Amino acid sequence: MITVTDLTKRYARHTAVDHISFEVHKGQIVGFLGPNGAGKTTTMRMLTCFLPPTSGNATVAGFDVLEQSFEVKKRIGYLPETPPLYPEMRTAEYLQFVGSLKGLAKAELAKRVDYVCERCAILDVKDKLLGKLSKGYRQRVGLAQAIIHNPDVLILDEPTSGLDPKQINETRELIKGLAGDHTIILSTHILPEVEQTCEQVIIINKGKLVATDSVSNLQNRARGAESLLVEVGARNGLMDPLKVQSRLELVSGVSRVNLKNKRDNRSIFEVESRKGLVRGDLARAVVEAGWDLNELRPTAVSLEEIFLQLTGEPAAAPAEEAVAVGVK
Amino acid sequence: MRNVWIICRKELRSYFVSPVAYLLLAMFAVIFGFFFWNILGFFVFRGMESQMRGQMMPMNVNEEVIRPLLSNISVIGLFLIPMITMRLFAEEKRTGTIELLATSPVSDVEVILGKWLSAMVLYASMLLLTAINFLFIFRYGHPDWKPLVIGYLGLLLQAGALLAIGTFISTLTKNQIIAGAATFGVCLLLWILEWVSGYETATWARVMAYMSVITHFESFSKGLLDFKDAIFYVTLIFFGLFLTARSMESLRWRS
Repeated sequence: MITVTDLTKRYARHTAVDHISFEVHKGQIVGFLGPNGAGKTTTMRMLTCFLPPTSGNATVAGFDVLEQSFEVKKRIGYLPETPPLYPEMRTAEYLQFVGSLKGLAKAELAKRVDYVCERCAILDVKDKLLGKLSKGYRQRVGLAQAIIHNPDVLILDEPTSGLDPKQINETRELIKGLAGDHTIILSTHILPEVEQTCEQVIIINKGKLVATDSVSNLQNRARGAESLLVEVGARNGLMDPLKVQSRLELVSGVSRVNLKNKRDNRSIFEVESRKGLVRGDLARAVVEAGWDLNELRPTAVSLEEIFLQLTGEPAAAPAEEAVAVGVK
Repeated sequence: MRNVWIICRKELRSYFVSPVAYLLLAMFAVIFGFFFWNILGFFVFRGMESQMRGQMMPMNVNEEVIRPLLSNISVIGLFLIPMITMRLFAEEKRTGTIELLATSPVSDVEVILGKWLSAMVLYASMLLLTAINFLFIFRYGHPDWKPLVIGYLGLLLQAGALLAIGTFISTLTKNQIIAGAATFGVCLLLWILEWVSGYETATWARVMAYMSVITHFESFSKGLLDFKDAIFYVTLIFFGLFLTARSMESLRWRS
């Protein structure tokens, strides 16, 4: 449905998007993931024919975004980061305007407006001024606007940014519900969002494509290197954490042992193993050395870690640091 | 063509939903009403004066009332036109709705024409208000109606040119105030350029005077349809809209 090859956008001083290539198949829902300023919006703007690419090309539904932009625009629904609403218009009136702008015939228009209002749960604000709507409603009107002409492709730029948790959930459900009829690309910098809503992830950082794969594949890929949390306690008296560390490193399959937290009689280690199934050996090693094995559990592999691994940024774990401080 | 109408209708709705249109209409009506009252008062006074002197000077309503009034409208228009055009694109750029227009299957030209047309319609409805005043002249006097029609045509053409320039300036900024102020500056400049002809007859002065929008209104206010002047305005309209289209295009390449 969407094919992007070597797409590049260069500005005077920097390159916003650098030779990105990917493909999205019909009916897929794809998460476009990257930190702020990674080039997500720029890529989306090129796909929607808002910005012309510097080089490379992109096709949507078989039409080139530069040469056949009219055909592309007819088949695309776009929700920019801030929903493009006219504050002085009323919801239904606005949707009618957008619908006719997208080329809907008059007879169809009223039906489509009713349909998208119901679909996006905005029936109760149909006659309200857009300028007076809450953020959640504005976002949903924005979505309604994007699907009014039943486009093949939906491009949503950070559809849940600035919403409260309840609204975020509602919006995600709504997007998931739309997936069957439309091919969807949504951008976000929130990882759980991709895990929850998308089948496929495209990760970009600093304008470059970092990875593109299905969500489950990416999770598996990271699971190849398992990371375990091991808490070892002293049977009696004091215990030298360095000794424990060197003992743990001897266990076959362990690639790295990190001392995370130590107190008089117990230490917490983070153990990275190259392959799975080292837990038994680890437990045995600890117990045979005469220590207590207080805890042994795999740390959950989230997209967060994969993402940090892939983008090569240092993994900051603020939550755990907070806990450590709290214990002291 | 359908898209032009869709855009135009939306713009008109924006004008008339907000106080902008009403404010402009009211201001224009009041100021024009004042001019009308003054000029008519002066006309009546002169009429009585000449009667008292016992000399019957021929007095012409067209020459002495309608013509100065038309010139006055064109000057008031100069001040109000920036207020009509300033929001056209600046507002869309500020709120981001320009992205909606740019990613919809409508061409830039259709968007520009739609917006310019809506500005024209608003200006025309302002002119319509002045027609009420003129109706009184027709009720109590016997002016020739043809020069008036030509005068209105001239006003529309002149406003069209300035509105096109204002539309262009509105694409240059996100800030309505800046767009309005710049448009006002340009309108004023295009108006006073003519002054150089008062003391200078060199070629540069003649060119400058020729560029003035007021110079070309002379014939229209007299009730003469001079094609040279009409073509000047039409050219200016095209030029302004052309610049707008260029600016819209460059917006995409830059942003």
